[in-house]
Amino acid sequence: MTTRWFGARVQRLEDDRLLRGHGRYTDDIDEGALESVLVRSPYAHARITSIDISVARAMPGVVAVYTAADLPFGDQHLPILIPHPNLTHGRTQRTLATDVVRYAGEAVAFVVAETRALAEDAAEAVQVEYEPLPVVITPEAAAAAEHLVHADVPGNVAAEMLQEVGDVDAALKSAPHRKRLHFRFERAAASPLEGRAVWARWSAAERKLTVFDSTQSPTSIRGGLAVLFGLPESHVEVIAPDVGGGFGPKIMLFYPDELLVPYAAMQLGRPVKWTEDRQEHFTAVNQERGQVHEVEVGYDAEGRLLALSDDFIHDGGAYTPYGIILPIITAGQLPGPYRLPNYRVRFRDVYTNATPTSPYRGAGRPHACFVMERTLDAIAAELGIDRAEVRRRNFIQPDQFPYDVGVAWQDGNTVVYDSGNYPLLLEKALKLLGPRPEGDHIGMGLGVYVEGTGVGPYEGAHVQVLVSGKVVAATGIPSQGQAHATVWAQIVADELGVDVADVEVSSGDTRRFPWGVGTFASRGAVTAGNAMAVAARMVADKARRIAADHLEADAADLELAGGQVHVKGAPSRGMPLAAVSVLANPVRYAFGGGTEAATQFTAKPRPGPPLLEGEQPGLEATGYFSPPGSTWASGCHAAYVRVDPNTYRLEILKYVVVHDCGRVINPMVIEGQIEGGVAQGIGGAFYERLAYDEEGQLRNASFMEFLMPYATEIPPIEIDHIETPSPLNPLGIKGAGEAGVIPVGAVLGSAIEEAIGVPITEMPLSPLKLFELTAGR
Amino acid sequence: MNVNGVDHPAPTDPRRLLSDHIRHDIGLTGTHVGCEHGVCGCCTVLFDGAPVRSCLMLAIQAEGHQVTTIEGLAPDGAPLHPVQQAFHETHGLQCGFCTPGFVMSVVGLLKQNPDPTPEEIDEGISGNLCRCTGYASIRRAVLRAAELSR
Repeated sequence: MTTRWFGARVQRLEDDRLLRGHGRYTDDIDEGALESVLVRSPYAHARITSIDISVARAMPGVVAVYTAADLPFGDQHLPILIPHPNLTHGRTQRTLATDVVRYAGEAVAFVVAETRALAEDAAEAVQVEYEPLPVVITPEAAAAAEHLVHADVPGNVAAEMLQEVGDVDAALKSAPHRKRLHFRFERAAASPLEGRAVWARWSAAERKLTVFDSTQSPTSIRGGLAVLFGLPESHVEVIAPDVGGGFGPKIMLFYPDELLVPYAAMQLGRPVKWTEDRQEHFTAVNQERGQVHEVEVGYDAEGRLLALSDDFIHDGGAYTPYGIILPIITAGQLPGPYRLPNYRVRFRDVYTNATPTSPYRGAGRPHACFVMERTLDAIAAELGIDRAEVRRRNFIQPDQFPYDVGVAWQDGNTVVYDSGNYPLLLEKALKLLGPRPEGDHIGMGLGVYVEGTGVGPYEGAHVQVLVSGKVVAATGIPSQGQAHATVWAQIVADELGVDVADVEVSSGDTRRFPWGVGTFASRGAVTAGNAMAVAARMVADKARRIAADHLEADAADLELAGGQVHVKGAPSRGMPLAAVSVLANPVRYAFGGGTEAATQFTAKPRPGPPLLEGEQPGLEATGYFSPPGSTWASGCHAAYVRVDPNTYRLEILKYVVVHDCGRVINPMVIEGQIEGGVAQGIGGAFYERLAYDEEGQLRNASFMEFLMPYATEIPPIEIDHIETPSPLNPLGIKGAGEAGVIPVGAVLGSAIEEAIGVPITEMPLSPLKLFELTAGR
Repeated sequence: MNVNGVDHPAPTDPRRLLSDHIRHDIGLTGTHVGCEHGVCGCCTVLFDGAPVRSCLMLAIQAEGHQVTTIEGLAPDGAPLHPVQQAFHETHGLQCGFCTPGFVMSVVGLLKQNPDPTPEEIDEGISGNLCRCTGYASIRRAVLRAAELSR
């Protein structure tokens, strides 16, 4: 294959309409839709004693008010998306709460009105009486189980899982050095700038439901709606149009509105829309990251790891719709790039009276990386060895792949690293970081990580050459800004020998491609990207077969280049790809676009029926890629920071990243993913904190008090790459979406610890937190 | 009020925000709403030539004034405005949701200060949140836009 577009800094094909204000996000769609508002519980834990919707229903402009009792599916609990044998006490909420609410923000009633303002007025008039119940808000309180979140879940434990590789107790006992460490990570919020939104229309005449949803998984939403409403999947269309950032929590089946809006549209015979506001986004959209770890590590005098035992609590929130994927990822990723001959990890996934949890960019990994990297820093400090040197002594070496860590992974396999070169990452990062700046209160931080990316089960793609010679390509998974329309066009353009600008990619629209899983887990490029290559190669093979008949050449001697199919080394003996597309569809009735060339009285190149046996019409193909297992990206971040000794303001003097995501499709896009990920990591490490009080109220549910960083907080990031191609997919690529965020907490924790001289064992930090940590020193 | 050179009738609902009026009454949905409390800057438009957050104004306050939205920078079919072009060249956008607000802020910034220093750029864009890019490419976009505007 040629490599003309793959690897090039191709500027984005999706930019023009976004820059002109012609993007189409879900709330931009109107078409006379009724507007809706959810009535949400103000209590974190309460019994509903009564709901009175009579006043609201009678208000002018109100079209409908629904409670659970008004829904045919009101008694059903929402699905557990990823069941697991260890999830012995999985619980999910109902679409609208019936008896007990278990987090502030849980949906109780749904109001539909002619305008948003009228719907909000009516929502305020819905009378719900609550009897408050005791609130469990921290993971520690959940584990102590003085109060229960679910009366029928003993100890608040949804799941428990214990894994062991080697013999940890024996190795700890015989280790020359041992250390016990405690780490705490608080909840965090992804906070995409577009909140969630759903728009739905029911066509009674066609019995067809059309839903626009700012989701990361339209194909799954479609499947779920078809089951719920008893419709064939072909009668349900789900489109994720432009999505204004996702970062994980926009993949859920279902948020209540994803059922209520389509249901109301079907009942009322008019389009219905719902657009979240920022305050409800803070409480109603899934969060992540709350974990408490107790580590015991054994090591030798050179700092080599001999055994590590970790026992951690995962704050699952009020329900477990996403199963136990997050703690499984944490447990699987904790050993990171290091040889750990004896490893034991136990987790308990516990219920709290807070918003449910599901993956947020990094998904269990930032906490795992923080625990491992801070543990190595503690060993280095104890033994008086350089932090980089401790890492060098423990790295898995480049000749040790594939490397089986031996614990469970999120796809049902075990964690097996496919390729990498961790020592090289570290050396390049240290070189890029350079000498320590002059001055006081400066610290250096270091973090190395691996990331299991490109998880299955599969994605697919459809590629078609139109009779104009232009190419359309489609896949089921949507984009939330990752440049899918560009990078997939690069892959297809290379396979078909056309200009990248002649490839138009559609993603996340079940009308164009109905199969697939979703955009998450740094999997888009690996799964859908390779599916694009598979489908495009099938199209190229077909083009060679058809052209061979007409050029009187052997298909094996033909190549696709410059929009032509021609004999290798003889560009004059060829035909345009557009002409091949015409010939691929033998017609009786010419319909323009050159199709007269494929009618029955034009010269036939070969005997036999017009369409070969087994051949389908059209120059198109559908291909799938199903990875055998995750492919493991990796990287090393390093930084110098200065902490102001009076104000505790953090100044990041230099931040470097060396990243390995296998073969790079578009360096410009990768740099954007890394820069954005690091910024999100910095926000999560030092500025953003979800301030829950003891009553389970989020006290800072606005951008005025939840401090997402502006440009003034984010330093320039210097980036370098290495490439260890993945042996697990044809393109040799690994995912890159989440990498930027993973080690930032570990890096800044390490650097700040050195700058202010107190141990950093928790996240997030803030000037106030540093003041508290240093008080009395 | 005049929006992108076209006169529009006054809003009928006195509590209509300027952002909602632009989006839902006039139908110019390029102006986005990210927080509705004046922090994220997604709804930034030019008000008599200066950037303002349209979610912090009532539509009736714009009566008799000139409003420019993202759709008003470059007519359909015409080349992109230099600031839009610069964002494209530097990968200054990912999901595109914050982009119209940033572009309008930068148009205002460069009008005031055609040759900003890196510090002035950070200051100039520090009223807009972006969750995708980490701002590095937006800084490059501002520098490039200044270059293209010369």
